[in-house]
Amino acid sequence: MSPPVAPAGWSRWLVPPAALSVHLSIGQAYAWSVFKPPLESALGLSGTQSALPFQLGIVMLGLSAAFGGTLVERNGPRWAMTVALICFSSGFLLSALGAATEQYWLIVFGYGFVGGIGLGIGYISPVSTLIKWFPDRPGMATGIAIMGFGGGALIASPWSAQMLESFGSDSSGIALAFLVHGLSYAVFMTLGVLLVRVPRSPKPVEGAPSVLAGPQVSARSAVRTPQFWCLWVVLCMNVTAGIGILEKAAPMITDFFADTSTPVSVSAAAGFVALLSAANMAGRIGWSSTSDLIGRKNIYRVYLGVGAMMYALIALFGDSSKPVFILSALVILSFYGGGFATIPAYLKDLFGTYQVGAIHGRLLTAWSTAGVLGPLIVNWIADRQEEAGKHGASLYGLSFVIMIGLLVVGFVANELVRPVHVRHHIPAPSKEAVDVQRQQSESA
Amino acid sequence: MSSDSSQSPPSRRGLIAFAWVWVGAPLAYGLYELVQKATQLFTG
Repeated sequence: MSPPVAPAGWSRWLVPPAALSVHLSIGQAYAWSVFKPPLESALGLSGTQSALPFQLGIVMLGLSAAFGGTLVERNGPRWAMTVALICFSSGFLLSALGAATEQYWLIVFGYGFVGGIGLGIGYISPVSTLIKWFPDRPGMATGIAIMGFGGGALIASPWSAQMLESFGSDSSGIALAFLVHGLSYAVFMTLGVLLVRVPRSPKPVEGAPSVLAGPQVSARSAVRTPQFWCLWVVLCMNVTAGIGILEKAAPMITDFFADTSTPVSVSAAAGFVALLSAANMAGRIGWSSTSDLIGRKNIYRVYLGVGAMMYALIALFGDSSKPVFILSALVILSFYGGGFATIPAYLKDLFGTYQVGAIHGRLLTAWSTAGVLGPLIVNWIADRQEEAGKHGASLYGLSFVIMIGLLVVGFVANELVRPVHVRHHIPAPSKEAVDVQRQQSESA
Repeated sequence: MSSDSSQSPPSRRGLIAFAWVWVGAPLAYGLYELVQKATQLFTG
């Protein structure tokens, strides 16, 4: 399938909603927990078993983004969005069959394996195209799309819960809910497939920098550069620090203020988790857009440096002041979201637009690593501290010190980022070749 | 003037508005539900 070239007059403002239709859908993955209790009671599963479809889905997200990135670059965004639509929706349809026949392995395979491929391909599908359409504001453009991934859970969480309430929480109710999800997301994502276009010439916006300006590095060469691995460490440390709060947000705020005159109720803790989701989403679009103004390296200095300070504030004063605890956690979560959303633009600055989607896909293995590392650190330490007879805020003190250390490591890695050496650049195309390419795209 | 406008590409305003409403409406629903839940932090 050849990439769909935009006809004359095609507005670039049609591309972000195309991207959002995919990201708002696949962001449902973070609302999987809604299905856990009904699955556990209907199929007699343990908590660990009911988490399997989500865990496999996230693993497949990382793997398919890493290994499918080059295919996405070669076949274009419409192909990628079509694959994402088919896999993500089929995952739900297979899960519906699995729930109806009470074959749990089919839910794990459908949602986790097949749907997970849709997550990975869908996540990277619009990145390269958005950067090409918005060479003047790549941070904002990718921020809009990646904000959608955060927004997807906000939509799916209440929607899925209401559906289960209407259809019932037995196996046939769950099957019907999965079926409606699969069909609805297929229709919703179709907008992205139909609307997405690649720009017809390498210079879509008057006055904006050309997309072919600066160094261009292939995905194969990029993974051999120290810059790629520095950014890998930066992303991994930033995500680990965010997950450190996100993973145990509700019990954390309850434990912190359990022995004070103003303890936090269960419903207030749920409100705190919701507020963190809002900060995560706002950070994706807000901080990523800010990076277009102050530069990518500077914004990561803020994420990692100020993030470490926020952790220090919580560790030192968090249990004595609720506002300090809440505000610091919100800032950390906004940096967590911002880190995700800004990384494609950082990659574009260093490696150019040539294969930025494929490079982004490979870098997402840092996310998978952090997804294991963050919860492991916080949960393991909290369990050990509890066994040692500690309680309240002291359960988390050591975790926070480790998070500060990780953020400092990320800060140093960001400082080590330098322009990519010229030996990794692909040879610049001659003026004649660029003219021929432009003529071909205009006659398409 | 008329020949210029006949050669200019078609306006996509309607399509742009439709596309943004398509993705904006469910997002607004999600944000509304989020705000409802987040207020529990101050009232719960």
